[in-house]
Amino acid sequence: MAQPAIRTQGLRVDLGAGPILHGIDLTVPGGEAVALLGANGSGKSTLVKALMGIVPIASGRAEIYGADVAASRRLVPWSRVGYVPQRVGSTAGVPATALEVVASGLLANRRLRPGRAARQRSLAALEQVGLLERARESVQVFSGGQQQRVLIARALVRRPDLLILDEPLAGIDKASKEALAGILATLRAQGTTLLVVLHELGELAGLIERAVVLRHGSVLHDGPPPPAAPGHDHPGHDHLHAHEDRPPGHTVPDLSSEW
Amino acid sequence: MGFFDTLAAMLASPLMQRALMIAVLVGVSAPVMGTYLVQRRLALLGDGIGHVALTGVAMGWLAGAAAGLTPHDVLAVPGAVVAAIAGAVLIEIVREQGKTSGDVALALLFYGGIAGGVLLIGAAGGTSANLTGYLFGSISTVTVLDVWLSAGLAAVILGIGLGLRPALFALCHDEEFARAAGLPVRALNILVAVLAALTVSVSMRVVGVLLVSALMIVPVAIAQLTARSFGATMGTAMVIGAVVCVTGLSVTYFHPLSPGATIVVLAVGLYAVLAVLRPLLSRPKPGGDPHPDTEDDVRVGEAA
Repeated sequence: MAQPAIRTQGLRVDLGAGPILHGIDLTVPGGEAVALLGANGSGKSTLVKALMGIVPIASGRAEIYGADVAASRRLVPWSRVGYVPQRVGSTAGVPATALEVVASGLLANRRLRPGRAARQRSLAALEQVGLLERARESVQVFSGGQQQRVLIARALVRRPDLLILDEPLAGIDKASKEALAGILATLRAQGTTLLVVLHELGELAGLIERAVVLRHGSVLHDGPPPPAAPGHDHPGHDHLHAHEDRPPGHTVPDLSSEW
Repeated sequence: MGFFDTLAAMLASPLMQRALMIAVLVGVSAPVMGTYLVQRRLALLGDGIGHVALTGVAMGWLAGAAAGLTPHDVLAVPGAVVAAIAGAVLIEIVREQGKTSGDVALALLFYGGIAGGVLLIGAAGGTSANLTGYLFGSISTVTVLDVWLSAGLAAVILGIGLGLRPALFALCHDEEFARAAGLPVRALNILVAVLAALTVSVSMRVVGVLLVSALMIVPVAIAQLTARSFGATMGTAMVIGAVVCVTGLSVTYFHPLSPGATIVVLAVGLYAVLAVLRPLLSRPKPGGDPHPDTEDDVRVGEAA
């Protein structure tokens, strides 16, 4: 049987004073589309970073395609994994074009140079996210949403079997969200495994078949996507239950957009 | 004697030939590492390493004096190389462990390096005046051996700095992504630190410890004024580095000025001139409005 894309057993991560994550048992078989949900500070990003080997693992195991990300880091097939980090303000001091940033996504543990077809592949990835015309401009002058799309292209250029996205919908406009949903649907149809950190399913609702909800650093729910909490659901959604005892005209305020 | 005769005399002087060769080597190679350091926002790392290199100079001096070698400073540059590498790797480890912030680690090195150098040179029977050549550069006294040493160090810096550019770019642009991509981040970090240390050691002869970082950083700052890409920034900085080094050194052939200071003042002056002129040089892009044509997320103006 094929190795699962992701498997953790009793994963524990300590940062600073206490455990950020503890007792995380998670298996994601190849081809699944999984959302990682939870409030701010519940440990979603830390779990993803532990899987990527960015934060140290205190105890337990985390495996990518059967290889331990801590003990046998060099054996992990990193070229099969695409990672889209949570966008933070650009910290680099030297200008870099979108093309240069995306081409860096072609590197992996056994590849320190991007290879021959790097240019075409990078341009194709930029075309996928709709930034082909701006390939030769510095990402420093890009808007937040455009920078986010560059980071997505940098992961797509690897042609990953496993794509991990940390808050890809944060701070981008509706058209870009729908475009991203379209890209992910295509990848999903091609058999790409998806792990997406989200606050709410939003535009990706049709795509996600399984949701893992974290609270206080452990798994609260693992199964079909749960309905959104009141006030966090979509403004136009259908109520499946009646509200007879509510005064007419009372509506739940929508606090979800961008927050 | 006309200007061109003097220029010909300058180029005919073996001392000046050696100095010019080192100036070109340093001018081209220092900005390569400088580009990576600026990209990581570690522009002052070169200074920290330079100060530690001073302790290395003094240690080399002490070892030379103890072994009875003449001249006493024959081991000074090897000592600087060893100390600079040790210091750079130490900064990298401190930074990686995250126990001390990068700038505090640098401050510790700055002061420890200078104080250690002054103490050790005294212990070796010298005075701090003996350090002056290393503090401010002594390119006018280089030997043939110095030229070969600089050429070897420059070849290593250029070979690795340019050959591994994609990996080093990925590392310096986004270290977390580089790790997630599977790159050997730790080894590459140490490599950057060691290359920065070699760059400091080789540049020390030209401008001295106190100005060593300027050769790495200022050409990059100048290149950034016009370049849009990482590759163009590095290439432009290499050309600017070579030009200011050769020009500055040549000026000191005509006027009795400190070569290191002349080179750095020239570079900083070039930056200032370009920064002022930039708005006049850069033309607006054709096409006018740089904003993408996308739909608004909110409905505006329909109620009116």
